[in-house]
Amino acid sequence: MVRFESVGLRYGRVSGAETAPEVLRDITFALPEGAFRWLLGPSGAGKSSLLKMMYLAVLPTRGHLSILGADIDRTPRKALPRLRRRIGVVFQDFRLLQHLSAFDNVALPLRIAGRPEGQIRADVTELLRWVGLARKLGARPPELSGGEQQRVAIARAVIVRPSLLLADEPTGNLDEPQAERLMQLFQELNRLGTTVIVATHNDTLVARHPGAALRLDHGRLVAHG
Amino acid sequence: MKVPSASLRPAGFDELGLRQALADRMLPLLVAAMAFLAALAAAGWFGTAALARHWQDGAGSALTLQIPNPTGPAERGSRNRLDSALTLLSATAGIASVHSLSDEELGELLRPWLGTSAEHLSVPMPAVVAVHLTSGSMDIGPLNAQLQAAVPGAVLEDHGVWLRRLSALAWSLQACSGLALLLVAAVATAVIAVATRAGLSARREAIEIVHGLGATDSYIAGRFAARATTLAAIGGLIGALLAVPALLTLASVVAPFSGAKALPETVFDVLAALPPGLWMSLLIIPGGAALIGFLTAQGTVRRWLRQLP
Repeated sequence: MVRFESVGLRYGRVSGAETAPEVLRDITFALPEGAFRWLLGPSGAGKSSLLKMMYLAVLPTRGHLSILGADIDRTPRKALPRLRRRIGVVFQDFRLLQHLSAFDNVALPLRIAGRPEGQIRADVTELLRWVGLARKLGARPPELSGGEQQRVAIARAVIVRPSLLLADEPTGNLDEPQAERLMQLFQELNRLGTTVIVATHNDTLVARHPGAALRLDHGRLVAHG
Repeated sequence: MKVPSASLRPAGFDELGLRQALADRMLPLLVAAMAFLAALAAAGWFGTAALARHWQDGAGSALTLQIPNPTGPAERGSRNRLDSALTLLSATAGIASVHSLSDEELGELLRPWLGTSAEHLSVPMPAVVAVHLTSGSMDIGPLNAQLQAAVPGAVLEDHGVWLRRLSALAWSLQACSGLALLLVAAVATAVIAVATRAGLSARREAIEIVHGLGATDSYIAGRFAARATTLAAIGGLIGALLAVPALLTLASVVAPFSGAKALPETVFDVLAALPPGLWMSLLIIPGGAALIGFLTAQGTVRRWLRQLP
């Protein structure tokens, strides 16, 4: 499902021939289909970079990466979009399109995948009702609170029923009951077979939902299990 | 899942926010200016092509013979002066054909100077004989001497050299028009490329989000191309429409030289005022602008997207 073998990542060059330092070094682990993992570590440990590689926003500069059974080194670039459509991501900063309504933001992955508009309308309305935004379908992100935007971002990530769900600090803008409700959603998706990886600093949340964790420190994987 | 169908997308769904990023004023305005210039260059192309053809034909009849008092008796024999000259010319080696211009043809020649009433003038007109040579040129001295002996007062002119020079000039002017057309197309391409790049910079975050959600290069380039094609087509249409009155005005200025009516009265006159090829060009310009918009946006966006994994 997800496999890292001696993976390293560096961003661009500093100047001339001098290369930037690696932000991730010698990462090796494998996750089976349907796994749940916390992704833990102090700020700057490389959690976001690890997630970026998993949702194919950056590619490893060395080592081998396999996502959803596809060996990324051997996958042609034009095949990556189809792979990305099977990955749901909840970003720390939401990354919603500010000029689109909540409905259109959530509908976007389905429209990109070419789903029929009738099915999109039913699915998106139902999901936004489930996250408590039934009355805000037409609201644009600037008209929504941080928590509401976070819920739109979560709805957009899960609307495609992804095989792999990645979340970067998903509870950062949610109150305790909302955070708990989100964890229940993640656990439900995980129970249905979705592989879920949640990066967080929220120790209380982790304590309440104990589970296996990937722990990073200074760009290295220091614990897995 | 079936292949994505563009028709399923709601009309006007603007996920990349291109209505703001590729605004609907500046780009169509610039493309309209380019289309206007393209129409003028096309008019230059067709105008100079007609001139070049006309002069080229003229250069083929390398000699012109004018015979004053053509019906008067010749110096020798019983024939009149014109027949005598024609007989002499026909018997001369190096001459392919001899053609005595009819009154209508003379009128056609004189119309740029005397207008459409040239055929009905009451002044005595000389006969004009167009002489086509078998080769490019000949020494007209001996022929001229023979003609003066047989038909005194006849004027033999070798204007082939000048017509060939004028014809070459017209061809070079036509080439300039063609180059101007190419230059206009290149500038239009550059304008659309710059606008597209500005749109890419303005909507970088939205593109990255859509790309991250699994949009292909074709999907993203298609959104930009659709917008650029629409704006370029609108600009092309405006430019071509604005060019019509300008070209009709120019056509009315040169009407006395081409024999057309200075002021068109009917729709047919308006259509006849410009050559059919130019009307066709005016129809093609909006489509050409749209095609340039489509191809430029596709190329620019696809090249830009290669920086994303």
